[in-house]
Amino acid sequence: MSHDNISDDKLPEAHDASEGHGHLAVADDPFADPGLPAHEPRRTDIDERAAKRAERQVSGMFILSMLATVGFIASYASINPDKLVYIFPLGHVSALNFALGMTLAVALFCIGAGAVHWARTLMSDVEMPAERHPIEADDEVRADVIQQFKTGAAESGFGRRKMIRNTLIGSMAMVPLSGVVLLRDLGPLPEKKLDSTDWSEATPSAPIRLVNMNTDEPMKAEDIVVGSLTFAKPGPSALRPNGLQDSDEDFQEAIAKDALMLIRIQPEDLKDEKSAALGFEGVLCYSKICTHVGCPISLYEQQTHHALCPCHQSTFDLSDGARVIFGPAGHPLPQLKISTDSDGYLVATQDFTVPVGPSFWERSA
Amino acid sequence: MKKLSARRRHPLAALVVLLFALAITGGLYAAFAPAEKAQADSSAQSLAIEQGKRLFAVGCSSCHGLNGEGTPSGPSLVGVGSAAVDFQVGTGRMPAQQPGAQIPKKKNIYSQSDIDQMAAFVASLGPGPVTPTSEQYTSTETDAIAKGGDLFRTNCAQCHNFAGAGGALTQGKYAPSLDGVSAKHIFEAMQTGPQSMPQFPESTMPEKQKQEIVAFVRYQADEAPNPGGLTLGSLGPVTEGLFGWIFGLGVLIAVAIWVAAHTTKAKKS
Repeated sequence: MSHDNISDDKLPEAHDASEGHGHLAVADDPFADPGLPAHEPRRTDIDERAAKRAERQVSGMFILSMLATVGFIASYASINPDKLVYIFPLGHVSALNFALGMTLAVALFCIGAGAVHWARTLMSDVEMPAERHPIEADDEVRADVIQQFKTGAAESGFGRRKMIRNTLIGSMAMVPLSGVVLLRDLGPLPEKKLDSTDWSEATPSAPIRLVNMNTDEPMKAEDIVVGSLTFAKPGPSALRPNGLQDSDEDFQEAIAKDALMLIRIQPEDLKDEKSAALGFEGVLCYSKICTHVGCPISLYEQQTHHALCPCHQSTFDLSDGARVIFGPAGHPLPQLKISTDSDGYLVATQDFTVPVGPSFWERSA
Repeated sequence: MKKLSARRRHPLAALVVLLFALAITGGLYAAFAPAEKAQADSSAQSLAIEQGKRLFAVGCSSCHGLNGEGTPSGPSLVGVGSAAVDFQVGTGRMPAQQPGAQIPKKKNIYSQSDIDQMAAFVASLGPGPVTPTSEQYTSTETDAIAKGGDLFRTNCAQCHNFAGAGGALTQGKYAPSLDGVSAKHIFEAMQTGPQSMPQFPESTMPEKQKQEIVAFVRYQADEAPNPGGLTLGSLGPVTEGLFGWIFGLGVLIAVAIWVAAHTTKAKKS
């Protein structure tokens, strides 16, 4: 704070004895209202060069914020997400994560720091006591408030110091661009795409086999033992002669709707006849996609037959038609009707009867 | 005695009396409690089942029945196989310290030969998964970790967390952390499906894939890089939120105090 020290001759001679700047308590009147201490000027109040320097500093911070926002967008566009770099206290970290975090932090911090520096060095800091008064405001007070607002605006130097005003507006306008860049990934509305899955290709005459996600092999009912959990995807169909493969261009989009989980429950443990009829000899096949916000849900407890979602703890009772027994999910998990083909492999002959996954604007059921 | 009675109203007197009482109770319990550790010498392999039955009678039969047939407090062990015994006893889950939503992992009190004998006895009750050998759970493939990561994310990550840090289930049950679990026990858990965990039998997950998962879990626990910087236990929003509230907000408050405490008034030089 040494730059705040200033020689005696530059300090104003006398402080104006304005209202509210009271007197210290003295021996004969120990309870005198001390009021506010005498106002002391800041260096920027009395030295125009210091004020200019502070103005440049504030603008500099706002400009730095703008540069950081540009840096954020540039990093988002240019850095390979797979790149790892070594940064001392953190170890091997993703270059993209680090760059996005640092630039956004600098962009926001510089706006805050610039605003604080501006308020502390350039805005008026004359102490002004406000007397208590009735809550209702008459016309005179309102006029006074408007006048004060104008005075405040004038004192902040918003009109006079155009460089600060323009750079502040610039930095505030550019920060939301970071959000817009990220929101771009949310993409267009789903429309009809969520109403049907790849299982809709299955018909009684052309069934689709259920293929084990781990081994890429079709499964028989006896492969699914009681207490096990198996994940499945669509096998060969007219549309996909090789079945759904990781290498398919639309794999992520397809598996987000087609993924299945297969369990087997002892017949005496099944509580819902309709659900049991959709299965095959106690093997039940449910959508793996949570009906709340679409997380892959497969925390299956083999003893209670509860399946829960790791995101918001929606809990489904798979022995009772995947009824929701806890949590925010609005629908039971859709169940896929399964049977076996002539070779004994598990197949689907129709699509889910309700859309899989979370509610969406155009959802029909 | 006078010294003692003079201090009986000392604020810490109650604490001292309590500590004495706890020490005496604990000492008496240690002296008179039945020893849980059964002594058995590991003799010839042909006697393993008989020895195992004796160990079983002491350590396991109160819940699982004298012949492993099951009781209301413990399930039947017919057909669980030797792998289940090796996992449950080897990780200290059995004998259970108390009934509850989930039997936690604790210090194992049996030697490996004791466990093998009990496993031999339980395996004799009915066919089930056999304790794996190290060739069964050690992969020699060079791409095992990558393939195992894929399989882990499909089959295990939902409960055990993307980094194997574990997670919560319903009503007090939980998926334990996989950090520090031996390759054999990971393999056995997949084979047998202990407690709430589903099993992943040979028919839907071949041995080779289990090896790959084991390789990935060991890699994840021992040497995986960390793209996000601080892991905070890899637990996700819980520790991240705590860190944000305490350190993030703490720093903001400290800065606000620092800003307000420093005057910008011009001083006389």
